[in-house]
Amino acid sequence: MKHTNDVILETVTSVITFIIFLFAVHLFFAGHYTPGGGFVGGLMTSAALVLVLLAFDLKTLRTILPFDYKWITTLGLLISVLTASGALLFNVPFFTHAYDYFDLPLFGKTSLHTAMLFDLGVYLVVVGVTMTIIQTIGESD
Amino acid sequence: MEIIMAIAAGVLVTCAVYLILSKSILRIIIGTGLLSHAAHLLVMVMGGLKTGDAPVIKDGVTAYTDPLPQALVLTAIVISFGVTAFFLVLAYRAYQELGTDNIEEMKGNDSYD
Amino acid sequence: MSLLHLAILLPLFASLFIPIIRRSLHRIHTGWFVLAVPVSLVLFFSRFVSEVAAGGVRMEKMPWIPSLGIDFTVYVDGLSLLFALLITGIGALVVLYSIYYLDKKESLHTFYVYLLLFMTAMLGVVLSDNMIVLYLFWEMTSISSFLLIGYWYQKERSRYGAQKSMLITVFGGLAMLGGISILSLLADTFSIREVIAASGAFKDEPFYIAALVLILLGAFTKSAQFPFHIWLPDAMEAPTPVSAYLHSATMVKAGLYLVARMSPVFADTPLWFYLVSGVGMITLLYGSVSAVRQTDLKAILAYSTVSQLGLIMSLLGVGSLSSEGQQDLALAATVAAIFHLMNHATFKGSLFMMAGIIDHETGTRDIRKLGGLAQVMPVSLTIALIGTLSMAGVPPFNGFLSKEMFLTALTDLMHGGVRDLRTYGTILLVLGVVASIFTFVYSLMLVKETFFGKRNELPKKAHEAPVGMLVSPLVLVTLVVLVGLFPNALAKPFIIPAVEAVALKTPKVDIYMWHGFNLELALTILIFGLGAFLVLTLRKWNRQAGAGLFNRIYDASLVYGERSSTGLHDAVMTGYMRSYLVYIFGFIVTIVLSTLWLMDGFSLPDRASDVTAYEMILLGVMLISAVAITFARSRLTSIVLLGVVGYSVALFFVLFRAPDLALTQLVIETVSVALFLLVFYHMPDISRKEERIKFKLGNAAISILVGATVTLVALSALAGREFASISSYYIKNVYDLAGGGNMVNVILVDFRGFDTLFEISVLAIAALGIYAMIKFRKTGGNPR
Repeated sequence: MKHTNDVILETVTSVITFIIFLFAVHLFFAGHYTPGGGFVGGLMTSAALVLVLLAFDLKTLRTILPFDYKWITTLGLLISVLTASGALLFNVPFFTHAYDYFDLPLFGKTSLHTAMLFDLGVYLVVVGVTMTIIQTIGESD
Repeated sequence: MEIIMAIAAGVLVTCAVYLILSKSILRIIIGTGLLSHAAHLLVMVMGGLKTGDAPVIKDGVTAYTDPLPQALVLTAIVISFGVTAFFLVLAYRAYQELGTDNIEEMKGNDSYD
Repeated sequence: MSLLHLAILLPLFASLFIPIIRRSLHRIHTGWFVLAVPVSLVLFFSRFVSEVAAGGVRMEKMPWIPSLGIDFTVYVDGLSLLFALLITGIGALVVLYSIYYLDKKESLHTFYVYLLLFMTAMLGVVLSDNMIVLYLFWEMTSISSFLLIGYWYQKERSRYGAQKSMLITVFGGLAMLGGISILSLLADTFSIREVIAASGAFKDEPFYIAALVLILLGAFTKSAQFPFHIWLPDAMEAPTPVSAYLHSATMVKAGLYLVARMSPVFADTPLWFYLVSGVGMITLLYGSVSAVRQTDLKAILAYSTVSQLGLIMSLLGVGSLSSEGQQDLALAATVAAIFHLMNHATFKGSLFMMAGIIDHETGTRDIRKLGGLAQVMPVSLTIALIGTLSMAGVPPFNGFLSKEMFLTALTDLMHGGVRDLRTYGTILLVLGVVASIFTFVYSLMLVKETFFGKRNELPKKAHEAPVGMLVSPLVLVTLVVLVGLFPNALAKPFIIPAVEAVALKTPKVDIYMWHGFNLELALTILIFGLGAFLVLTLRKWNRQAGAGLFNRIYDASLVYGERSSTGLHDAVMTGYMRSYLVYIFGFIVTIVLSTLWLMDGFSLPDRASDVTAYEMILLGVMLISAVAITFARSRLTSIVLLGVVGYSVALFFVLFRAPDLALTQLVIETVSVALFLLVFYHMPDISRKEERIKFKLGNAAISILVGATVTLVALSALAGREFASISSYYIKNVYDLAGGGNMVNVILVDFRGFDTLFEISVLAIAALGIYAMIKFRKTGGNPR
């Protein structure tokens, strides 16, 4: 794609991207109790990145975030599978989750849940897949 | 509302099938996108609509909307995104290699093997 | 798992090592190692002889699929022991013979692997008590026979013969499976012994006759009975050891075994008697007449095998008579059947080996080219003479004895026939005598044309075969002579226990050569006289056989089957995606609508949520955009309209109290539209010039039908709730069990985590697919 020099879009993007990204992270963490979760969070993150892609170009995106998204996908899948099979170590069926409440400094009383870890895998896969698709198509000409 | 939505889903399916049956590969892809929208609505309708509050635990609420169709549809939405993307790229590559977007002209020929 | 099970499976296990042995010890002929298997099995099975002769049976159980009542039960009685000894004994001789017959350069490992596979299969057939296990081994014999016939697969005739035998015997096997299924349903068991025990109870069931006919179809195809005999002559393309083993001594007798084994179940049904004896007799006559008209040594022997199998089959048929006054006659016929079965294995085995020797040493099997070999191959001549004379029914060989018993059974049937069997008995007798005359003719023709007369130019210089090759046929002809002289030695250990298993009664066996002056003697003299006359005048009346009606029917049905399936394929599989979609949609509509209609499944939901104004507005927007897409002419319009539908769906999710869905749908729609724009940027605009109005109307009709079906299904699903939704469990336990508040998310990551795991895998695969499609182009598999 040709790089169009649109100052307003670029300026707005650089601010908005961060807001969207923060919102995505919030959605991800809130997912277990209120609407949100790995899917939405991941998609929202990708939407932020797509916005950067549209406002600037692929090269810029790659300078800002020099990741290979295929590896992010792999990492996500790995986290999910390992979380699910981790239950086997404790002699409970595959995919049994565990959770408990902890008093953490700064956060206060918080529940830590292995389902969250699984959701992190989902999040990474969604980001990785979406960005792989967009990037490969964008690069194709 | 359920009856209306069931009919609406039927109309969406009708449009989708019509698009899928045409010759242009672009229309076929748009048809599959439409078909997945129809399917999502259909699953929601079949689960019953507005039978309670949103399925997020709240004190004092006893009736919730059925969460299972929603979970299924959520999965379906993401999957259909992946499939549509795949389909798009397939069409794009086929067009690049074969120089046509007409599905009838892409028909394989037995004499090639 | 007992020793008996291991004995059955031993050849199969041994076959695993054959390729290794062949590779590592290629200096020694692989056959020597294989020989150990049948020899040890003969020794193993002969240990049972005294036990079984004393009236004992041995049964070993091994559970296989207990839930279906299928056990691998091995059952050793007189009949199965006789067959097991035949299989392993002849097997040992054949393997020994093959060591000299097959050159070391041939692919010996495949040959012996197939042969051992066959040995396991055949032992399994005769030793299994469970009918399903029997069926499995039965099909295994068909497969190994197929592989062995096609051993020289470079030859077109081998492939043809292999395919023919496979098609016919597997057809019969399937019929038999049907029969077995019916029988097991009637008797409520798969065990043959239990079926026999229960057989009195279901004689009047409507499907009883079907079971009878189907099981006989299996037996008749396997034992090459008329008109299914056509595969056996073509099976002669196999190496001669295989012909001697499978296609004369053992596998083709599996059908006889089945008839004998099932005889106690079906015996008192008249149809069984008429079918088995009638088909057997026709086969006997047809086979012997056809044999005379052949010119290939192995073809003569093949037709002679067909005819001899018919003889045994007809005897088994007569042996199934059970009403008052016929029992002695029936028992005598069964004895004759078992006795002839053993005799046939000896003389026909030796004759096949002799044919193999002649082929091996002279390079041809055509009796028009052969002749005058008597001086150069005296040992082979002796073998051939003894074998053929026994086959022709000339004293003092064993064939004479069983031929006499056969004639006795038929004359007794004619004389002593109670009811209306007199006419039928006479017909059988006449047919049997005519067939015996022709048997005499082809037997003598075989020797005369090969060993006597003028010597012709042959492809190879003829000389006597090596000693190793002569050992096996010599052993067999020695048996022919010994059994002929001392037939009663076989009575106690083999014949009586086997007949007991078939007829469930103990026979009196007293076989002797001289019966006094009676009708049988007169008939024998008639056979010899007429036979000798016909042999002398052979050239005057004999003509070479053509393809034969049934072969032509078989070939034509193959050609027709192929042509019609090609036609059907071409008509249905057009290669156009649209046709396939039409099939799929048509199928869905037909199945769903007819089910709804037949089961009276359609109903309107009784509950309805309220309808609000903004819902109606949203609905209008969504439907109008959806319909508008179908008329859109530019790609941009289509994408935008699709986006509108997507966002409307997201808003509907909000209204339907699904916040997670709404969020996801909104974001996904955004990303999708971006994606569509990215890709469509590179594609041409939609062109619709070529779509005619008829095409459009057809599509519209199909799509409306599909849409209507979907609506009906949705409504009926809403109305008819057979079970409560499982969601109540999720709603109740979401906080306590899973420690979460958002049910949808908890279902996704916890309750139904598997779905999600697979889903993200699918996503990853889709991404990889896209990456591969774009990055990997024709560069030899490397990314650009």
